[in-house]
Amino acid sequence: MGALSLGRVALLCATLGLLLLPWHGLEGGVAELAAWPGGAPAPLLALLVTGARWWLWPVALLVGVAALPLLRGRAPRTLLTLAGAGIIVWILAMGEAIGLRGLEWQWLAPLLGAPPPQPSLGWGALFVLIGATGLLAAGLAARGAFGADAFIAFLVAGSAFLLLVFVFAPLTTILMAAIYDGDRFAPDALATRLTAPEAWSLACLASHQGCGVVWNTLLLATLTAVISTAIGLFFALLAVRGGVRAAPLFRAMTILPLITPPFVVAMALIVLFGRTGMVTTALWDWFDIPRSRWIYGLPGVLLAQVLAQAPIAFLLLDGALRAISPSLEEAASTMGARRFRVFRSVTWPLLKPALAAAFLLGFVESLADFGNPLVLGGDFDVLSTRIFFAIAGARHDPGRAAALALLLLALTLGAFALQALWLGRRRYTTMTGKGDSGLPAPLPAGLRLTCSLVVWPWMLFTVAVYGVILVGGFVHDVGRGDMSFTWRHILTAFEVEWMDGIALRGSAWDSLLTTIQVAALAAPFTAGLGILLAWLISRQDFRGRRTLEFMTMLSFAIPGTVVGVSYVMAFNVPPIELTGTALILILCFVFRNLPVGVRGGLAALAQIDRSLDEASATMGAGAVDTLRRVILPLMRPAIITALAYSFVQAMTAVSAVIFLVSARHNLATVYIVGRVEAGEMALAIAYSTVLIFIMLFVVLGIEKLVGRARIGRRAATEGRLAGGITAGAPTAPMRAGA
Amino acid sequence: MPAMSDHPAITFDRVTKAFDTVRAVDEVSFSFPQGALVTLLGPSGCGKTTTLRLVAGLELPTDGRITIEGRDVTRLAAAERRIAMVFQSYALFPHMNVLENVAYGLLVNGARKPAAEADALSMLKTLGLEGLGQRLPSELSGGQQQRVAVARALVLRPQVLLFDEPLSNLDARLRRRVREDIRDLQKRLGLSVVYVTHDQQEALAVSDLVCVMRAGRIAQMGTPTDLYEDPADAFIADFMGEANVLAGEVLGPGRIALGGAELSTTMRAHPPGPAQLAVRPESVALLADGEGLPGRIGRAAFLGQTREYEVETAAGTLFVVTAAAAPAFAPGEAVRCRLERVIPLRA
Repeated sequence: MGALSLGRVALLCATLGLLLLPWHGLEGGVAELAAWPGGAPAPLLALLVTGARWWLWPVALLVGVAALPLLRGRAPRTLLTLAGAGIIVWILAMGEAIGLRGLEWQWLAPLLGAPPPQPSLGWGALFVLIGATGLLAAGLAARGAFGADAFIAFLVAGSAFLLLVFVFAPLTTILMAAIYDGDRFAPDALATRLTAPEAWSLACLASHQGCGVVWNTLLLATLTAVISTAIGLFFALLAVRGGVRAAPLFRAMTILPLITPPFVVAMALIVLFGRTGMVTTALWDWFDIPRSRWIYGLPGVLLAQVLAQAPIAFLLLDGALRAISPSLEEAASTMGARRFRVFRSVTWPLLKPALAAAFLLGFVESLADFGNPLVLGGDFDVLSTRIFFAIAGARHDPGRAAALALLLLALTLGAFALQALWLGRRRYTTMTGKGDSGLPAPLPAGLRLTCSLVVWPWMLFTVAVYGVILVGGFVHDVGRGDMSFTWRHILTAFEVEWMDGIALRGSAWDSLLTTIQVAALAAPFTAGLGILLAWLISRQDFRGRRTLEFMTMLSFAIPGTVVGVSYVMAFNVPPIELTGTALILILCFVFRNLPVGVRGGLAALAQIDRSLDEASATMGAGAVDTLRRVILPLMRPAIITALAYSFVQAMTAVSAVIFLVSARHNLATVYIVGRVEAGEMALAIAYSTVLIFIMLFVVLGIEKLVGRARIGRRAATEGRLAGGITAGAPTAPMRAGA
Repeated sequence: MPAMSDHPAITFDRVTKAFDTVRAVDEVSFSFPQGALVTLLGPSGCGKTTTLRLVAGLELPTDGRITIEGRDVTRLAAAERRIAMVFQSYALFPHMNVLENVAYGLLVNGARKPAAEADALSMLKTLGLEGLGQRLPSELSGGQQQRVAVARALVLRPQVLLFDEPLSNLDARLRRRVREDIRDLQKRLGLSVVYVTHDQQEALAVSDLVCVMRAGRIAQMGTPTDLYEDPADAFIADFMGEANVLAGEVLGPGRIALGGAELSTTMRAHPPGPAQLAVRPESVALLADGEGLPGRIGRAAFLGQTREYEVETAAGTLFVVTAAAAPAFAPGEAVRCRLERVIPLRA
């Protein structure tokens, strides 16, 4: 697409936003439209003419300035670039400067006086902003940037704008909140908050008081990472080298963490080990071991996190172990090394990078986990729960929440940075592509026994936990050991009546339907934007490509709790006011799960040779045609996988959205957490079971679908790549907090 | 067939393409005539593929000007140029069958589907691919895939057809046939073709003109015979088939001094004085005695059609290829080397 045609489309879009669409958001819904062109739904032009928004005149003028050459058939590069950028900056700056309380930026008072309050931006502003992005892109393309392709320029500018607004801006809002004390700019407050004893106290070493929440978080994360990596390693050794027949069962197990909402395991642990739990009761009845609340606190949270994390560590290590070429070990034994020596001197060092990856993943996941500490934490607070209570608790203190969020963010980013530093130098490729016909060395006998002693009890434990979840919804009171069968809980949640049509009476229907709707709406946007960004990053050559990639991947590293807090703070007030809507949930999911779409897309594109794009171009196809007719059809498996993943992720997420749900738009996970806190354990378990089955259905269905999307010889590579959700898991869980 | 105009098929005017600091193509100028097959020949990294991609519009030049049939295309993207390209990997779309692959270019250029498919079918017929239209590329042999790639390019009636090492994915037997097919097709349809290869035999066999590149520049351009018999310097002499390059002296027309001996030979005009002299292995005759450079056989090998020798002489080691029918020598025998043709090289 040429710069001129894009410029004209952009102009049309901006004009539409300027002249017709309501400039501000409609608080009262569509009914307010009746007052058009005055009142609440007035377009910007009406507001300008009446003088109600006189400070926005530059916007209209800049649109006009851009219109003159475009209508005469020219696309002047500097003018379009400046006009587009100017409009965007002006609208957003004025939106920040003048809020619901009138002037917010007091230093502008001499210029603006005392303007009337300005509510949030609406459809008109959205269209003008899209148009301005188009003008900006047309200007850049006319300069020769982006290979002179205005369409590419628009895609890049548009996605960069979205990422800035929905990933970066919220983060800066957190920083601002931490640095302000009420309305007062107070860097000292930030320093105090960041070094508060609440976070760093070491009291627990000397007394019975609890330690700082940072230490708690680090302790929990380290323990979770070490233990789940160890268990994962034992499973992997036994599966790959131990010659057990249950290996496929181990691999099937790895699907569980993906489809289980993060706190469900915690509920099962309460049912088993709580004060009135099944195991606790049995121990009391048979061995007179007194009932206690040990499960609430570090042990319980740790157990729940390890249950979720160990299968993922297994997945990583299983792959790494299978990738070690047996000929290396055979070479070592021909040189006279005994079995254990071979393992220690060859196998183990080659596994180290994968061990580090599994450790990091466990560490970061534990940092970001919110559901389990919330349900099981008791007095043992970690950063994510403390942040939540600083916002939602009795003492509402956004500044404190923001400072804690910064600490959590720093821990997470620090872990990723350490990994990058460490992994940067160590990468072993032992699969050479040459024919390799060795047999993997069997495990040394002692090691095999150790593995078995860990693996089988742990399997049993996992089965017990999931068994409780499966059974718990269908018995009277699983929490107190009343195991008689009943439909009661399922009925409470999902009762359906037939009265002149279907009436959904169950208490869970609202949240379930909202969840499915939100997840189903978020999925195509996540996959679409993710794949598009992957295509831009891997196939187009433009300045700032690395920056765009970094921005995309950043939201990967941000813990869900931090995202939730930042969204609440950023989108609760004009210019962009979204809290309480379903839109903010969708946006949150889209931008949180975006990196997964991008990664999948990048992996799929790496399999599609660039010469296919080039062949298409030499035959006269523009970027759009190539994308639509060549690239997208070849990426179908990756697209479907991204769709499924983002859908499932949106169904199970709790940490970010617990801040964002509203009475009208509640989500399943948040509803379940609420039931747990109200002590309705059986209802919560029944609902969770239904969720798990829905997701199992989606995941297996997708696997089947992707399995069929095979194209000739490429099937082998693409099939592996899309490999359904299970194989997607090593990348999939690489995200902080569900 | 493209309408002939007076303009050259392609001109480069001081074209430079720099990647970061590396100049892959460095102030290259040339003009390729219409209806000719020109090969870009050179070792890997010499800039020949970049040159081809500059013609295609897959790279845009850092500096300079490119025209195709007189039209300035310097800043035009690949899609806006009337070229077509056959890729080394063929780049057939794996999700489309043969017919869809060939019709693709027509469709994206706005043709209606029935018309595009009719065109594509007749092109498949021209290339002897009838009946394969419904197959997927993965169900074809290497040679068939290659022909589909050619059909897909030709169906667009390009002003210039570009080949990027089209034979490198074929086995040795198939190569000769395919390159002859390409040459026939080019002559039959009067196409302007640019052909990239690193194989000098292939270049000599198919070209009207060969353009040898080295380090981003054109080392020499000419007909295959010119380049073989009259290479400009040692690099080209060696690259266009093997050559013994020896230090000697030109005494006068047809008279040289080499390794202390005065010899008469056939050679192009060259001013008297010290010179690098290139001698093709097959332009040396080995005799038991008589006039010639004295030497001693080092190694000898019998290859069926030919015999190969290394001969130690006062001027250095000579690599010699003789016909199998010529008299044979054993290692250690003393021989005389009669130099039938010598190429004095420019400094």
